[in-house]
This record gives sequence, C-alpha cells and structure tokens, in this order.
Amino acid sequence: MSRGPSTAVRIGTEPSKIMRGVILTIVGVVFLLPLIAMLEFTFRQGFEGEHTLDHWTTLFSPDSARTYRSLFTGITNSFLLAAVTVGIVLVVLLPTMILVHLQFPKLRRVLEFICIIPITVPAIVLVVGLAPVYAIVVRVFGGSIWTLAFAYGITVLPYAYRSIQSNLDAVDVITLSEAARSLGAGWLNVLWRVLLPNLRRGILAASFISVAVVLGEFTIASLLNRVNLQTAMLQISQSDPFVAVICALLALVLAFILLLVIGRVGQPKSTKQAKRNRSDS
Amino acid sequence: MTLTQPSSPATAASAGATVELIDVVKEYSGQRALDEIGLRVAPGEFVALLGPSGCGKTTALRSLAGLESIDGGEIRIDGTNVAHVPTNKRDIGMVFQSYSLFPHMTSLENVEFGLRMRKVAADERRARALEALEMVGLGTFAQRFAHQLSGGQQQRVALARALVTRPRVLLLDEPLSALDAKVRVQLRDEIRRIQTDLGITTLFVTHDQEEALAVADRVAVMRAGVIEQIGTPEELYSAPATPFVANFVGLSNRVDAQLSGGEVSVYGSTLVALGTPLPDGPVTALVRPEDIVIDPSGTIDATVLTSSFLGSLRRTIVTTADGTSLSVQHDVGERVAPGDSIRLRLRGNAVSVAARE
Repeated sequence: MSRGPSTAVRIGTEPSKIMRGVILTIVGVVFLLPLIAMLEFTFRQGFEGEHTLDHWTTLFSPDSARTYRSLFTGITNSFLLAAVTVGIVLVVLLPTMILVHLQFPKLRRVLEFICIIPITVPAIVLVVGLAPVYAIVVRVFGGSIWTLAFAYGITVLPYAYRSIQSNLDAVDVITLSEAARSLGAGWLNVLWRVLLPNLRRGILAASFISVAVVLGEFTIASLLNRVNLQTAMLQISQSDPFVAVICALLALVLAFILLLVIGRVGQPKSTKQAKRNRSDS
Repeated sequence: MTLTQPSSPATAASAGATVELIDVVKEYSGQRALDEIGLRVAPGEFVALLGPSGCGKTTALRSLAGLESIDGGEIRIDGTNVAHVPTNKRDIGMVFQSYSLFPHMTSLENVEFGLRMRKVAADERRARALEALEMVGLGTFAQRFAHQLSGGQQQRVALARALVTRPRVLLLDEPLSALDAKVRVQLRDEIRRIQTDLGITTLFVTHDQEEALAVADRVAVMRAGVIEQIGTPEELYSAPATPFVANFVGLSNRVDAQLSGGEVSVYGSTLVALGTPLPDGPVTALVRPEDIVIDPSGTIDATVLTSSFLGSLRRTIVTTADGTSLSVQHDVGERVAPGDSIRLRLRGNAVSVAARE
C-alpha cells in the first residue's frame, strides 16, 4: 500500500514495497532453509546415497500402519487432545472472558494475570506440579489420553486469552449487548446472535493457535508418560530418523497452514461478507 | 394500528406510556449518582434531561432502561413498578451515544432484530423493518452495513431499530453528540418530528442546552443526582430557579441585589423578583445579557472590555463602577470599542433572583 509522498517521509510509517520485499525474503530464507534441508534429508538413502522417494512411500504404504503404529497412535492422540483443548478454551475460557468483560470489569486485570502466568512457568516446572494432580485426575477420569487436555488447557491460556481479548477490545461489546437487550434479547440471544458473530475472529484465532500449541507439545506428554505426536516422533527417530523428519516436516506444514488461516480470519471481513449478503437478498 | 393493517405506518401509534421515577437512589461506592430523584413524564411527552457530565442524567436514563440496578425507589411505566424487571422485558427502545449497530448485520437485519426477538413472522418483520427505515429516510440503504454508513445515517438506523417494535418508551442517550453540527440539528428536528407523529413518550439525555430547549416539551436540569428545576424551555429560560440553572440554560449575569417584599433593587431599578421565594436580604439577581441595553440616559456607568461580533448580534463585556463584570447583548449597529465609557439600563420589569452562593 503506497500512501503518497507526504506520508512516505514520516518516521514510523510502514516500509516501502521494495523494503518489505527484502525483509520478507530474508526472513523467508531463514525459515525456509532448515525446512528445505529437512525435505532433502527425507529423500536420501543412507548418508551418501542417491535421492529417492522411498521413505515417503514406505510411510504411506499399507503395511506401515503396523510398523509405525506408535506414530499413528501419537497423531490420533494429538488431534484428540487438540480438539478437547479447543473445547476447553471455548467452553471455559470464552464465557469467562465475556462475563468478566461485561459484568465484572474489575476482575479483568486478575483474569489477565492468571491467564498469562503459564507462559512464565517452564513446562518442566508445570509437570512437577501436575504430577500429583494427575494422580487424582487418573483416579477420577481414568488414564485415557484426553485427560492430558486439562494440562494443555492451561498451557494454551496465554495464547488463547490474547487472541480473544484483542477481539473483545476491538468491538464495543458492552454497547452492543446493551442495545440487543434493550431490543428484547435475553442473554442467550445476546451471546449467540450478537457477541459470537462479532468475536468470530478472536475465537477462530484462539482455536487455531491452541491446535498449533497442542500439536507441538512434547515436555508434558513425555514426562507424564503419554504418547502424542511429538513423543512418538522422538521414539521413531531412534529407529528411523527419516520417517521422524517426514513427520516433523508435515507437522510444521500443518502449523504453518493453521497460522496462515489465523492471518486470513484476522483480516477485515467487510467486502467478502458484504458481497455474500448482497447475493443472499 | 393493528397488525392486520399492513398498509398503515408500521411504527405508528405506539400510544405513549406514563413514566415515573419515584425517589430513585443509585449509589456508586458510597457516592450517590441519583439522590432520591423524582420525575413524572406524561404519555407522549418529550422530556430532556439536561446537565453537565457527572450530574446523573445518563444514570437516570440507564436505570429506566434497566441497564443499571437501582438502590432505592421505584421506576414505574404505566403505573407498574419495573425496577426489578430485566431490560429485555421492559419494552423500551433506546438509542445510544456511541454507534451501536450490530456490525455483522445489514441495516435491515439490525432493524429486524427487535422483531425477531419478539418472534414476528419473517414477512411482516421485513415489511415493518423496511417501513421503519423509510420513516428515517433510509429505505434505500437497507442492505448496507454499519461501516458503509455515515455517523448520522447509523444513528437514523439505530432510531428505526429502537422504534420498529413500537416500544412504550423511547430513551435517547446523547444520540447526537458524536455527529457534526449540521447533521446534529437536522437529526434533532427529525427525531422531534417522528416522536410527535408516533406520540411516544420520550426521554432525551443531553449536555447541550440548545438541543434540549429546541426539542423538548419540558426540560429537567440535573445537578449532583437531583433535578434542580423542571419546566418548559420558556419557564427555564425566563425564570430559572437557581443560579446553576440560569447559567446552564443560556447565559446570565450574576449581580448582587437586595430583596425586600418580593421586589428586588438592582443598580437603582426596582424589579419584580422571579424564581423560588426567598427571605428578604442580600440575593443574587440573574440578569440575561439581552435584558441590559446601552442607553446614554441609563443609570449604570460601565467601561467596555471587549466586544465580539456574533453574526446577528454583538456581545460586549463591560465592567461597572463597582467592579462587576457584565455581559451585554445588543444590536450589531451599536458599535463600541474597548475602553469606551458607556451607560447601561436594565430592560423589563422582572428579574430572577437566587440565594447568594
């Protein structure tokens, strides 16, 4: 976006198109190089051999399900954990934040503080605290893998909180809900028809970032002796480093896609939705 | 109008309700925002709540809407105490100071919202919403989103949205304060026109005295949580009960005067005292700038400090011999320059008085 000469000279304006291109290229190279190296690695046969697709085809061949069973268990577990964690964010964190924002504004700082804490606590410390807690969790809910989502629900708090809070701050939720109530809407209608549509971006961003965090989590799962994508990959890498790298690569690509989607939903929806609504009527 | 007459104006004849605030108290951490406030608004009446920021006018309106809970007293709509009825059951329409259209809905969907909440059938909902939009002159803007409308248009849609459900009471919380001067006057007059057409009981909160005087049947001037004076714009202007009202409604000179037996002597003239009855003794007379005239045969000697041209009139600040500063409003033709010595006379035979503060 070039803004005309008068703003171009001002200090603190966005960089020019060329400058942005340069910055993007440098950053892109820095991030892409290891990825390209990983990709190259997955094609190798041994350390000096020629490049083939063998490792990829083995991984996706029918009988790999048996060979890499722990890997597929790990992937399934991780997706299940991601889903439950997103559920926790949507069912516990989101309503709490809306309630605090609308009804108990004095608690906003407290909530923010609580939600930011997990980022300052190293995962290893968290696990030390969680171990005795999980002794009880296992007794109450059994030892299935999804219970790990309770811990993940805490680790994703800072990210999910920020995503939702920035959306809450950008929309005048108080006036909107007062307007809706004055028009006869009860709280459920206010939430469903007015607040959620306007918090859509924050909710989606919080969900995707939670998925990304959960898919990348290793420490807690490992120390609590659970199998997820990351622990399975570590395990596989000891016998078959190529498959481990393929999985790491795929996980990274998935995370990139998620982040891109977050970027997309973060953009103003105006034109797209305006068009859609016009064609509706 | 009944639902069986689709050709009738959708929002017409929502016969206004009586609204009463009886000794309403609202406290914020020990401070009284509303201090046993009492107010009765007749059906179809347009009452403005006027006052400086922090006087409690918005709190009064929000209490009436149910957006603030009250700590004492009663709020009655048509005789029923609604103090504990939630906002969405009070059957009110409200327009807010900040733009409050739902950003993810079109104007039409916004206006339909209240009808949707009342489970009105889709066809009728749409027809009534379109009619309401036409009433505010935005029939062709039905498919626009809030961000595609100007501030004035957004407030019009908000007005249509508040009125389409035919509420018993319309509450306007400084709906014009975010708009620029020209649009403000236009929309203000339009609100009054629509209100008169519909005959809906209306409370209008504003800090702009000109706005309040221009549109309201009665104006309640508020200060520190109580209504200081309520009356028609003419009453407030010609007979302000307190110096605060006199200052807030128009501009007044405060002049030391003596009251005895209902008459007040100001600068040698004896005038009839208006306002609340006071005991004899020293009082403050509240003299409007237009009630002081420049007259060579006058009895008040004064020196001109400044004189400013205001288009149709001229306002001159003078100091009298005793050091009082007076604001005088006079014809543009009468030119005076700073430093000039002039003589002044009081016009009229009555003046408002108030206790010395």
